[in-house]
Amino acid sequence: MTDSRFPASIETIRRVNQDPHRLGHRSHGPSEPIEGAGHGASGPAQKRILVGYGFWIYLLSDIVVFSCFFAAFAVQRSATAGGPTMADIVDVNRVALQTGVLLLSSYTCMLSFAATNARSRLWTQVFLLATGVLGLSFLVMEFQEFAELVGRGIAPQRSGMLTSFFGLVGLHGLHVTAGGLWLLTMMAQVQVKGFRPEIIHRLLCFNLFWHALDIVWIGVFTIVYLMGVNA
Amino acid sequence: MFGKLDLSAIPLSQPIPLITSAIVVVIGLAVAVLITTKKLWPYLWHEWITSVDHKRIGIMYCLLGILMLIRGFADAIMMRTQQAVAINAEGYLPPEHYNQIFTAHGTIMILFGAMPLVLGFMNFLVPLQLGVRDVAFPTFNSVGFWLTASGALLVNVSLLVGEFARTGWLPYPPLSETTYSPGVGVDYYLWAVQISGIGTLITGINIVTTILKMRCPGMSYLRMPVFCWTALASCLLIVAAFPILTATLAMLTLDRYVGWHYFTSMSGGNPMMFVNLIWAWGHPEVYILILPAFGIFSEIFSTFSGKPLFGYRSMVAATLFICVVSMLVWLHHFFTMGAGAAVNTFFGISSSIIAVGTGVKIYNWIFTMYGGRVRLEVPMLWSLGFIFTFILGGLTGVLLAIPPADFVTHNSMFLVAHFHNVIIGGVVFGIFAGVEFWFPKAFGFRLHAGWGKAAFWLALFGFWVTFTPLYILGLDGMTRRLQHINFEHWTPWLYVSVVGIAILIAGVVAQVLQLIVSIRNRDALRDVTGDPWDGRSLEWATASPPPFFNFAVTPNVEGEEAYWGIKLRAIETQQLSPEPHYEAIEMPINSPVGFYTAFFATVFGFAMIWYIWWLAALSLLAAFIGFVVFAWRDVHEFEVPEEEVERAERKRRAAREEFLNRLAHEGGTA
Repeated sequence: MTDSRFPASIETIRRVNQDPHRLGHRSHGPSEPIEGAGHGASGPAQKRILVGYGFWIYLLSDIVVFSCFFAAFAVQRSATAGGPTMADIVDVNRVALQTGVLLLSSYTCMLSFAATNARSRLWTQVFLLATGVLGLSFLVMEFQEFAELVGRGIAPQRSGMLTSFFGLVGLHGLHVTAGGLWLLTMMAQVQVKGFRPEIIHRLLCFNLFWHALDIVWIGVFTIVYLMGVNA
Repeated sequence: MFGKLDLSAIPLSQPIPLITSAIVVVIGLAVAVLITTKKLWPYLWHEWITSVDHKRIGIMYCLLGILMLIRGFADAIMMRTQQAVAINAEGYLPPEHYNQIFTAHGTIMILFGAMPLVLGFMNFLVPLQLGVRDVAFPTFNSVGFWLTASGALLVNVSLLVGEFARTGWLPYPPLSETTYSPGVGVDYYLWAVQISGIGTLITGINIVTTILKMRCPGMSYLRMPVFCWTALASCLLIVAAFPILTATLAMLTLDRYVGWHYFTSMSGGNPMMFVNLIWAWGHPEVYILILPAFGIFSEIFSTFSGKPLFGYRSMVAATLFICVVSMLVWLHHFFTMGAGAAVNTFFGISSSIIAVGTGVKIYNWIFTMYGGRVRLEVPMLWSLGFIFTFILGGLTGVLLAIPPADFVTHNSMFLVAHFHNVIIGGVVFGIFAGVEFWFPKAFGFRLHAGWGKAAFWLALFGFWVTFTPLYILGLDGMTRRLQHINFEHWTPWLYVSVVGIAILIAGVVAQVLQLIVSIRNRDALRDVTGDPWDGRSLEWATASPPPFFNFAVTPNVEGEEAYWGIKLRAIETQQLSPEPHYEAIEMPINSPVGFYTAFFATVFGFAMIWYIWWLAALSLLAAFIGFVVFAWRDVHEFEVPEEEVERAERKRRAAREEFLNRLAHEGGTA
């Protein structure tokens, strides 16, 4: 299960060139099995594919957790118990800025991985740091928002709607916080250990995680905030 | 300093939990002393606790599951006897204690008994059957196991320190909210199940990745043994359903700890949301348990009939069909809770349709036996008992799936009898069949057949004598979870049920005796060839017990029933396949990270249950430091030298050679 000379993506490109109309599939008829891809014919996949694949499955399960909190919000969004409604608590300007910052952090995160692929330690660290700073500013804005709301007496204990609002947005914030801690340990690992295979695998997973949080945020932004303004 | 924890948490006024925990503590201490005097701690630590070997982890899962099955069975004995003596009387269990017992019984049996056993089988078998050396993430595997053990520990600590939930195994709000359950019981439930649920999710992810991405050369999907297919379907359900459990319990935790309103009955909380969410996990959960049992039976029917499994592809299709449809039936657990006719109709039909997939499987098993040379060994007896028991349980299930009929039997003893019928008849029989079948693979010697047969017949009769009366009582209107009974008309049936439980106790004793007798006669029961049952899949192609690297050389699969093909060729040509070229093997090193994580998870859970905030924060910090230290290690694998591999494999080949010679002398051919 050692890594072969080329990363899996290069193998994929080779495969697509050979077989342009069946993207990602093996062609019909006899063809050479691809070493390390994990298809039945060729034996176990390489470590890199295993790690990425397993992490994707974890992400799917995490999306299911989020979907429960989304469902709770959908069920309880009108359960205001006579208290404030969504329209009372959305600050579109701040949430637009938050969204911009988080999307930008996804971009810098991607740049860091491009730098990793080019094996540039400096630029990997620079872009990881940028990602972390952007993530931190996102969290600060979210904290501000929560603090202001609670200051106005709009706390999750007030109604079912506020419970599910704070729960969903807070769960995302918690994930970003965990991602930030992970990012710090990754920066330390890159600095001390350099681009060893397992470090690159972890960077791959971290990237997937960070982008997945962005995608979830798009859902939060749309369903909670944008649709909430008009509620 | 210690939150809500003080000496009043110890139930000094209640003799039953006190004496029970005293006995458990004494046994625990005795075992610890025994281990210390025999100087076994280093062995246990290096070979088991820190092991990342999927076989060792699988065995530990099964041990945990069997211990918890016994604990849950003790609860069952108390419930059946309480109901038999509490007819127009108080009985010996006060209501608040009785309610904890039925809650603990359900929680323990499903989540800490059946789940670890099923996960243990998957852990032990999947890499062996796929012809690989370990699961995709061996260290993670250890974390998953120890987290499950951590949850089991917390549930059992509640016996001595504090109390357990009194809500039933699914803590429906508003009863489970702080207003109505102010004690620590529900908190014990929440943290124990939450921690073990995360462990289960880790194992699920691990096994899905293993099956989809780690198979030996030639092992294409439609060459995988059916057990691997069922393990895949089961783990896909784990990945899809356990996060729902995590989310739901997290919401209830927030309600209880910080006064939020997810499920409260005021301020816009929605208790029905809990019922929907928990069953969206709870129903797939029963299929997570039963599908691997179906896989176990498939292997056994085909092996002991000496035939390939009938309708392999339809078996795979039925498995995946059940996997998908099981996500679409959750509402049948609460037809009576006002969903309306149209919704009930949909879920009534989807629940009945599941029986089609199961029916396909039943026919396939029967046709596998048809025309085969059936050997009635102990695993086969359990499997035949399963077909009989499970069909009847399935039929009562179809009855319950019809909404109008369900309105009559909802929450009655009829329901209790039904789900015990399918879970005991399906999952538990499957587990015992599997233990009898794969025990020689795991430990190198067979279990004693006589005691095994006794245990089977006692379990089969005991089951029916216990639960047939409950069906009748349910139809007679007896509801579940009654602490005492004010209706003498039911007395005879309750007594019959106690007779049944006595037979089941005898069955458990026979099972324990079987283990003891087998260990004492292990030399006579030794399996030297690695293939004691004339098996058909790859786990039989290696020694019993397998070397920690599983296979000396990665197998190369050339058809369905991988090992059967190799074996037939050897018998036909009267010789083993040419000796391969041995190479050194890289294996993952052991790691204490699983044990370490679970230790702090337990401390964290305990601290949260008793509101000891500083300890909770400290254990989270310790867990984080543990992860960082683990991430910092430089060596991940070690090399098994060529000579060691060669030595292990030569020994197995010699035994096979001898087997072939004996076959030739006796003039036997396949």
